[in-house]
Amino acid sequence: MPVTEETRTKAREIIARYPRPRSALLPMLHLVQAEEGYITPDGIGLCVEELGLTRAEVGAVATFYTMYKRGPTGEYLVSVCTNTLCGLLGGDEIYATLREYLGVGHNETTDDGMITLEHAECLAACDHAPVVTVNYEYFDNQSEESAVRLVDDLRAGTPPRPTRGAPLCGFREISRQLAGFLDERPEARDAVSIAEPGLAGLRLAVERGERAPEYPEATLATTERKEA
Amino acid sequence: MPLTPVLTKRWLEPRSWELESYERLDGYRALRAALAMRPDEIIQIVKDSALRGRGGAGFPTGMKWGFIPQGDSTPHYLVVNADEGEPGTCRDLPLMMADPHALVEGIVIAAYAVRANFAAIYIRGEAVHALRRLQYAVREARQAGYLGQNVLGSGFDLEIVVHSGAGAYICGEETALLDSLEGYRGQPRLKPPFPATHGLYSSPTVVNNVGTLASVPAIILGGAAWWKAMGPEKSPGTSIYSLTGRVTRPGQYEAPMGTTLRELLDLAGGVREGRQLKFWTPGGSSTPMFTAAHLDVPLDFDSVAAAGSMAGTAALMIFDDADCVVRAVLKWTEFYEHESCGKCTPCREGTYWMTQILRRLERGAGTKEDLDTLLDTCDNILGRSFCPFGDGATSSITSSIQYFRDEYLAHLDGGCPNHRNRTLVGAH
Ligand SMILES: Cc1cc2nc3c(=O)[nH]c(=O)nc-3n(C[C@H](O)[C@H](O)[C@H](O)COP(=O)(O)O)c2cc1C
Ligand code: SF4
Ligand code: FES
Repeated sequence: MPVTEETRTKAREIIARYPRPRSALLPMLHLVQAEEGYITPDGIGLCVEELGLTRAEVGAVATFYTMYKRGPTGEYLVSVCTNTLCGLLGGDEIYATLREYLGVGHNETTDDGMITLEHAECLAACDHAPVVTVNYEYFDNQSEESAVRLVDDLRAGTPPRPTRGAPLCGFREISRQLAGFLDERPEARDAVSIAEPGLAGLRLAVERGERAPEYPEATLATTERKEA
Repeated sequence: MPLTPVLTKRWLEPRSWELESYERLDGYRALRAALAMRPDEIIQIVKDSALRGRGGAGFPTGMKWGFIPQGDSTPHYLVVNADEGEPGTCRDLPLMMADPHALVEGIVIAAYAVRANFAAIYIRGEAVHALRRLQYAVREARQAGYLGQNVLGSGFDLEIVVHSGAGAYICGEETALLDSLEGYRGQPRLKPPFPATHGLYSSPTVVNNVGTLASVPAIILGGAAWWKAMGPEKSPGTSIYSLTGRVTRPGQYEAPMGTTLRELLDLAGGVREGRQLKFWTPGGSSTPMFTAAHLDVPLDFDSVAAAGSMAGTAALMIFDDADCVVRAVLKWTEFYEHESCGKCTPCREGTYWMTQILRRLERGAGTKEDLDTLLDTCDNILGRSFCPFGDGATSSITSSIQYFRDEYLAHLDGGCPNHRNRTLVGAH
């Protein structure tokens, strides 16, 4: 399917953000992925035309990065962290359970087109291990049972709220956001951004009345006087 | 050792991420003060503070800024490394989600100091909610006049672009990041020349980590001496320590540099009940592991180096006596194999072969010679790879064989004594 005019306009908006056009290539690949859920030949064509590159140049970049998918991706990309820490704390079992339960392997999609499963590397949420993300929103502290419930809910059309992050949207919409187009949903703007582990040290500090030294008045006086 | 929330201090505020909350709690005061100074005065304060980069290498930030040529006519750039992908590392994302304006303010001050009019935040692609938070924050800051043309009437212009990566750990390495930001495969560049002279588009560029830049507003407000009052002389300030794994209360604990694991474990309720500390990383999977013998090593750049590892990203992954070190090392090595960018032979081939050998060892089909081959391979990678990724790939292997050779040997006959019949998944 040829890319839409809207997508072409958006591509040009992306290019305009940067001092040099080629810097737009990664976001443009996210953008074309938003069309059909993967990097299509037509999507590559758009990058070729708008950036004056060859197909080989664009293809070489697209294949380097794991988040660009080479085949149709489900409505929900379910990523299970199986790096060491999550893996040892239960991520390996969660992945094995989902693989069996869904009957798909790494980077494969269920027949109903709803779920693509993958094992992922560390998702920078190790204090919430084991971690699963759906379209890159965090579902923290998962277990085999909770992960099965999660995919059931996704397939039933009743996606649960992430532990941290905005209410789920589809894989294509997330790809559009990754291209740098802001999520304007109020519920995304207000979404929970931090959970208990992130606050553990701060809570303890408050409880114990511990804090960093105050800013010295003398420094504030000299730095802020200049401004006056 | 008291807790010293500086970077984390606003995280409990309701809607801590909004401009209004930030302004209520000192937000953008430092920027006003900074804009009243000359750029070189700001660089001097940061030099005097002895702030060292939080991205892993601990490079002195003021010195890095000072390398940017002054008075030339080429454009300068500031690039923020928000790629956070080092296994175990999980402090930049919460910072950007809970308090994105601290980073934005740090960026504006840094850009003014190095005379950059364009800044890019390169954030790992998987971090979609942190991406949103940054985008909202940039928008709010622009509307309030902290960004854009003529920032707060100072005559200084700055644009910030938030740029998502696409899933490649190597793009955290600063020159690979720059290639990726220019629209290429993310592969490291030869250094020298360094980004300070040949960075983004071959122009003078500062690349700084999220935590480094978010520390800057506090340093401007408190002054160099205030920052240096916390932590050791040569490695001062506060650090967000991320305690993860087999601890009672995993999470982020901000304390002075040089805090020990013993003290931090005490705060986090210790290793999970009934278990003993076995091995841990002081700064992520690329830093040689420590054991219970290292509980009292002050966790700052110099002390950790003196004890044979690296402070890295203060990612303290804790494992206990129920965890198999061979399995842990295999999984890390699979990670390096998967993420090797392929540019140089020792790393590309070496990580492949090390994974093969470790798989064999883990399932009980290895031999004693395999251990020597592993160490030999590490020898051929360490110091012989194109970028520090290769060195990092050997860290857990050599250090684990150093401390746990017997456990490797116990695997030779029938696999892991603790984990028989486990299936293993991960990057293959
Ligand atoms: C393989 C590899 C991965 C890295 N990943 C990151 C990263 O995710 N975030 C980061 O800030 N620095 C990372 N670094 C360090 C950067 O190369 C660079 O030193 C840092 O961004 C400089 O910022 P700082 O001086 O503020 O610490 C990585 C380095 C290597 C070798
Ligand atoms: S050491 Fe590894 S990651 Fe670094 S350049 Fe060589 S192949 Fe690439
Ligand atoms: S190891 Fe799973 S999020 Fe870090």
